[in-house]
Amino acid sequence: MPEALQALNNGVPIAWYLILSAVLFALGVAGFLFRRNIITVFMCIELMLNAVNLSFVAFSNQHKLVSGQIFTFFVMVVAAAEAAVGLAIILTVFKNRQTLNIDEINSLKN
Amino acid sequence: MVFVIITLIKLALIAFILLTVLAYLQWVERKVIAHVQVRMGPSRVGPHGLLQPLADVIKLITKEGVMPPHVNSFFYLLAPFLAVFMALISISVIPFGTQLTIGPYTTMMQLTDVNVGILVILAISSMGVYGIALAGWSSNNKYALLGGLRSSAQMISYELPMSLAIASPLLIAGTLSLREIVNSQAGYNFGILPKWLIFAGPFPQIFSFIIFMISAFAETNRIPFDLPEAENELVAGFHVEYSSMTFAAFFMAEYANMVTVCSIATLLFLGGWHPLWPAAYGSNFVAPLILFVAGAVCIYHGLNPARPLDRYTLPAFGIIFFGLAGVMLVPFLVPILMPLFWFLAKCGFLLFVFVWIRATLPRFRYDQLMGFAWKGLFPAALLNLLITGFLVALAS
Amino acid sequence: MDIFFFLVFAAIALISAVNVVLQRHPIASALSLIGVMGSIAVLYLLLGAEFIAMAQIIVYAGAVMVLFIFVIMLLNAGAEVRRGRSWTSQLLGIPALLAFVGLIVLFVQRGFADAGYVKFGNFTGGSAQSVGLALFTSYLLPFEVTSVLILVAILGTIVLARKEMD
Repeated sequence: MPEALQALNNGVPIAWYLILSAVLFALGVAGFLFRRNIITVFMCIELMLNAVNLSFVAFSNQHKLVSGQIFTFFVMVVAAAEAAVGLAIILTVFKNRQTLNIDEINSLKN
Repeated sequence: MVFVIITLIKLALIAFILLTVLAYLQWVERKVIAHVQVRMGPSRVGPHGLLQPLADVIKLITKEGVMPPHVNSFFYLLAPFLAVFMALISISVIPFGTQLTIGPYTTMMQLTDVNVGILVILAISSMGVYGIALAGWSSNNKYALLGGLRSSAQMISYELPMSLAIASPLLIAGTLSLREIVNSQAGYNFGILPKWLIFAGPFPQIFSFIIFMISAFAETNRIPFDLPEAENELVAGFHVEYSSMTFAAFFMAEYANMVTVCSIATLLFLGGWHPLWPAAYGSNFVAPLILFVAGAVCIYHGLNPARPLDRYTLPAFGIIFFGLAGVMLVPFLVPILMPLFWFLAKCGFLLFVFVWIRATLPRFRYDQLMGFAWKGLFPAALLNLLITGFLVALAS
Repeated sequence: MDIFFFLVFAAIALISAVNVVLQRHPIASALSLIGVMGSIAVLYLLLGAEFIAMAQIIVYAGAVMVLFIFVIMLLNAGAEVRRGRSWTSQLLGIPALLAFVGLIVLFVQRGFADAGYVKFGNFTGGSAQSVGLALFTSYLLPFEVTSVLILVAILGTIVLARKEMD
């Protein structure tokens, strides 16, 4: 028992952060595959990107380098740009098809 | 453990003082606008209307809270909660003064000194958009939706010039922690001119200050940028379906945001808690002098009262002011009270400017507002940052 | 103390993430995603990455998600219609998902068993100064390329989303 309390004093094992990141990523993939609304699918993509960011920052802490956080910064920037363009595409699709259900947007011809 | 208890005591004190200040800020606003418009303002409830905020709180609490059946109830109740939550959290990183030593315990007059303090303020103010957007949408009312979306778009558009205007003095101060920024403004150039960031360094930050104040007016939805929530536009905008306590929550959030941006302007540009001229030339006597003069004016008017009740209330206020002036002269309290006084004086002056502008200016139309942000203020802030960076690089 | 904060915010992140996937109305999913981002920002603070934590809130929770919420409100996206699901797929799918997650946990735990501990305060290299120094010296080229990327994204968004002027 005292050694368990001693182990608690060390901090959180890095593996726990990686497990959390993996589980969030898996939830993002599940949402991406199963949801029908385009915008919710987009939000699951953002969830996946956040999970990966958490992984990067955990590794940056493990190796005591700042490079992991730089990668996180770039992933954030790319995700923001992608969200803007993707939502503009969704707006255009909605203007043309009047639906947000990806099952119904299944033909290239209008 | 001692740290946790001290922090909890500070938290309770700051929360209580902040909520009282918010209520009385509304009294100050109504009185100042009234006197600008040559009328009296609240003067019936209590002496000079000082109990008016209490009466308003009682009215709002006891008013029937009507929740219309067509609203989305979870988000309808979440929106004012989010607005107030975000507005009050940003007070937690604002430093009010220097160190405070009571007995064996020493603590800073700040709830928490984060290394990236100014980024916390920016982050919380960008989260403040959600309260308004959700309020507009969940009301299930096209006017509320339009008002909420307009207000959110205005807030996020003006965040950009505000962030750039904040970045310029940070280049000169060299740190993100709010306490360190104020500490870098200590001291006096040529013995008399304070080293505040508005006067200082290779490039006086007067343009950053103006850009920041204009963006602050837009961020807090105050006149001249209050089109989305004005009473006679769009049926009062995003809070049209709200009543009683939820309505009060939105206005509490607005006043708390005002206090936050005035505090940030004071800390970043006006030197925080440092006095205007050195203590060697007597700046420690400004506070007792002001309070003494206020007490003398009260007692003089109490001797020739304009209204019958003033014969008793004005001398009482006079004695209170004399007592406060005496407290400000006590030598071992001076290092604690003087920084606090200067911070509150500068912040109070900026709040007075907010109320003054509300009483004076008309409001912008929405397209003028957005055009001004993107085509006027944003390039100006960018240019300012460029010049500041260039001059700082040259000077170092 | 570290473990307590990690468990609380990891639990908030997991519950919000499950909520993102399971909620039917897009606004509820969006608000849960903001909850995920906020709790991940606190986890970044525990990992010593203070600048990235604030950047996460300012950029992700404060700008990208506002964009999502604007689009959802403007398009008036309603709740999804719940379609019939077959019982066999749920009966097979949920244990398979749990087994998959269990396998992931096992492999990560075995692979990173001796990777060290995260204690609050043992990594101070995440300040704004060190991130800024690295961004403007070693990683200057990707930084400039991302600014071009943002410019292209702005142009693309404006072209796609404007009204056609005929």
